[in-house]
Amino acid sequence: MRTAVRNTRTLRTPGGLSVRADVRVLAVVGALLLATAAASVVLIGTGDFPISFGDVLRTLAGNGTAGQDFIVNELRLPRVLVGLLVGASLGLGGALFQSVSRNPLGSPDVLGLSQGATSGALVVIVLLSGSAAQVTVGALIGGLVTGLAIYLLAWKQGVHGYRLVLVGIGVSAVVTAVNGYLLTKADLVDATRAVVWMTGSLDGRDWSQVWPLLALCAVLVPLVLANARGLRMMEMGDDVSNALGVRVERVRMLLMVAAVLLTAAATAAAGPVSFVALTAPQLARRLTRSPGPNLVPSLSMGAALLVTADWASQRAFGADQLPVGVVTGVLGGVYLLWLLVTERRAGRI
Amino acid sequence: MTPEPEDGSDLSVTPESDESDESDSKRSTVNRLSAENVTLAYDQRVIAEQLSVEIPDNSFTVIVGPNACGKSTLLRALSRMLRPSQGRVLLDGQVIQSMPAKKVARTLGLLPQSSIAPDGITVGDLVGRGRYPHQGILRQWSAEDERVVQESMARTGVAELADRYVDELSGGQRQRVWIAMALAQQTPLLLLDEPTTYLDIQHQIDVLDLCAELHEEQGRTLVAVLHDLNHAARYATHLIALKGGRVVAEGAPNDIVTAELVEEVFGLRCQIIDDPETGTPLVVPAARKARVTTTS
Amino acid sequence: MLVDSPPEQRAETAPAPPNRRAIRALGLLVSLAILLLVALASIAIGAKELPLDQVWHGLFHDTGTYGDVVVDARLSRTVLGLLAGAALGLSGAVLQALTRNPLADPGLLGINAGASAAVVTAITYFGVSTLNGYVWFAFLGAAAVGALVWFLGGSRGATPVRLALAGTAISAALYGYLQAVMITDDAALNKLRFWTVGSLASASDSTIAQVLPFLAAGTLLALGLARPLNAVAMGDDTARALGANLGRTRALAMLAATVLCGAATAACGPIAFVGLMVPHVVRSFTGPDLRWILPYATVLSPVLLLGADVVGRIVARPAELQVGIVTAIIGGPVFILLVRRRRTAQL
Repeated sequence: MRTAVRNTRTLRTPGGLSVRADVRVLAVVGALLLATAAASVVLIGTGDFPISFGDVLRTLAGNGTAGQDFIVNELRLPRVLVGLLVGASLGLGGALFQSVSRNPLGSPDVLGLSQGATSGALVVIVLLSGSAAQVTVGALIGGLVTGLAIYLLAWKQGVHGYRLVLVGIGVSAVVTAVNGYLLTKADLVDATRAVVWMTGSLDGRDWSQVWPLLALCAVLVPLVLANARGLRMMEMGDDVSNALGVRVERVRMLLMVAAVLLTAAATAAAGPVSFVALTAPQLARRLTRSPGPNLVPSLSMGAALLVTADWASQRAFGADQLPVGVVTGVLGGVYLLWLLVTERRAGRI
Repeated sequence: MTPEPEDGSDLSVTPESDESDESDSKRSTVNRLSAENVTLAYDQRVIAEQLSVEIPDNSFTVIVGPNACGKSTLLRALSRMLRPSQGRVLLDGQVIQSMPAKKVARTLGLLPQSSIAPDGITVGDLVGRGRYPHQGILRQWSAEDERVVQESMARTGVAELADRYVDELSGGQRQRVWIAMALAQQTPLLLLDEPTTYLDIQHQIDVLDLCAELHEEQGRTLVAVLHDLNHAARYATHLIALKGGRVVAEGAPNDIVTAELVEEVFGLRCQIIDDPETGTPLVVPAARKARVTTTS
Repeated sequence: MLVDSPPEQRAETAPAPPNRRAIRALGLLVSLAILLLVALASIAIGAKELPLDQVWHGLFHDTGTYGDVVVDARLSRTVLGLLAGAALGLSGAVLQALTRNPLADPGLLGINAGASAAVVTAITYFGVSTLNGYVWFAFLGAAAVGALVWFLGGSRGATPVRLALAGTAISAALYGYLQAVMITDDAALNKLRFWTVGSLASASDSTIAQVLPFLAAGTLLALGLARPLNAVAMGDDTARALGANLGRTRALAMLAATVLCGAATAACGPIAFVGLMVPHVVRSFTGPDLRWILPYATVLSPVLLLGADVVGRIVARPAELQVGIVTAIIGGPVFILLVRRRRTAQL
């Protein structure tokens, strides 16, 4: 017989305002943010010209040499920031999709959003031979159109979680076939470029990717968090949450739109980095041991995962030999296997 | 089983302050909750047409009827889970769909048939979620919330389970936890969809006793869908018998439960005797042989 | 859990009309007739149309004319389509019954990933470069992953969730490997991008000969499992109460599905959706009885596959669209339509 002692703290003001937080969740988020920051600094120092931890901090504070300043602030910082923002967006987007679909496999990879963005990118790469910036735009359009299509096709007096996943799988298969076709039409150079993009890479990302992503997150993250309490109620089923006064369809639509935007933007910036959206919410949940969508922990976990994976791929294979998506893919698989073994030992599945 | 509350009024409902004179003037019917000529349908399948039902204030209303007669559908319409394709459901004189969701949720609670306990949630947390309509982003957990949750759990006898995980509880315990959550919502009207399904006889009676207490001691209006006609007759103050999407009879059980009614609604030949415990009507189905000879 | 429509809706089930069996048997005959027509179309239609008398000539009086040669080539392709289609549909139906999950398909259990990873290994590390050479690798890869999924997710009391999770996990790890190889090895990428779309175009008699024994054995095994799988479909406890041997049924079903799908994938590359979709369509008019679902799936899946292949040859003339792409483009919308038509209660 398990009992849980949840250590929650409530802050109340005399005016009748009150805020409640779970100590463990706060601790997990704090630790993740700290780890992410540290990993980011290490990542900035990693590369063909290694820079020490202290030097990176000094340069970030504006006290580095001109050479260091160029490498850190012009080359590596934007790349790391794109990684952070992409990871955070994917983590948050994944948590939203999983919570709305009430399915731990309801991630953008499974629902076909990533594949849709890939189609957009492949059209630009293969048919138009476009520039990197055009690929980004193509991917963004592809992701948004796919997201819209899934939502409209799944709509039938409201969007039912399971129907959403099923429709997503259907759309995903069609789009994957289109991608396969485009790949067979490409010449080998374009095909290689396409495969690198499809794996998900942070290589060569600069400030022009940072700003739009940052602006989008600045709008969407607060919007999503403001609706987190409704989402938490929706875990108990539509009837219960309706009875509690949640406008279920409205909250669901708003959060879905936000999740599609976050995922499409992240994918456009770095390619469909696999498994971050799938695993970040699951890992976060395991750490916080808290029911509910765990939005902020998932966001922090996504950022931590992506930056750490990028660092690992550079350490293991040398700078920019293998894109970060390879590492997240393998990590994702290993994580799921580990999950399987431990859950089985615990007799839970 | 269910401990008496300190003075019986702790959990009572605080009247909505923002609906005083304005809604009084609008009120067209006497009762707070009613359905007017509603047509209820899923997709294209019509369950009930032109159905009108009044829920008497301060009653313990029970809706009975055979399978597929529309009783759960009616309850879903009354609780705004299902929008009528025609007609309207009125709460305090207003069309229920037009009211702010949280305001309805502070007036009318629902215990649905299917609800999902999130993975790894504790009893205390689940019951606490019933406070949602009383909360806001800057008012996440007031002292009042804490008190109401404690009392709701005490009331339903699950206080000592507060730190247990919901998915480890027995069916009877779990049902009481969900009822506690609905209680924590503090609504003057409470709708329950088959609250005794899957419970053993002792827990069925526990749940119904609890409903009767909520009704008698706190003056809440309760509406429940029940399968067991004898339970309905014993606990209800107002009975609504549905068949094929229309009301066959309604009124106090003593007035309306007759052998003819049971035969008409359920197609079952029976005798009605007085319940030796309560004097309410008790349905005794006719013996198999008696039924076989008359039908053939 | 996912059932949230009211009980009134669930309560109604149409009573079975007495002649339903006859209708179903007739339907099966009609399906066979359709299959025959599609097979003929598959021989007649292509970059060059052949009139039916030419097809007849090529099939039964082969004298080596140009038309006869074309018929010959298309005949191999058609036979492979027949075999692979039946195998994919059958394995999908078995997997869906086994996992009690209407979404189970060979992809979900990692079989496609296993085959793809083996093919890429064959190209990169063993220097294999012909399609015929891939077949054994693909089959071994599929079988190995099938066994691994079974071992990790199944052996002691497989549950649907475990099998799906194990399949997803192994696919994930293998796709990571696949992408790493494709990025670093242009030659592998170049071969694999054509293999992974799934095609019947390179069918040869020797390919068919290699996979035929496996397909035949798998088909027999799968068809024989209809009755025990019917019991499994009702839930573990009910199945036990009905006297079904759960462990054996599961192991055999997994074996049949892996062999069928592995052999089909080995011969034509991963073809999406046939295994997922056809059982869905079939169920909508046979109901849940696997004794009808399995034969229907066996007959109708090749109809879809060959039909898609013919369409692929027509739309992109003189080139052709690979069958795997056509099945997904036809299958996706049909699948979505099916999903939308269902009541929430059945999802």
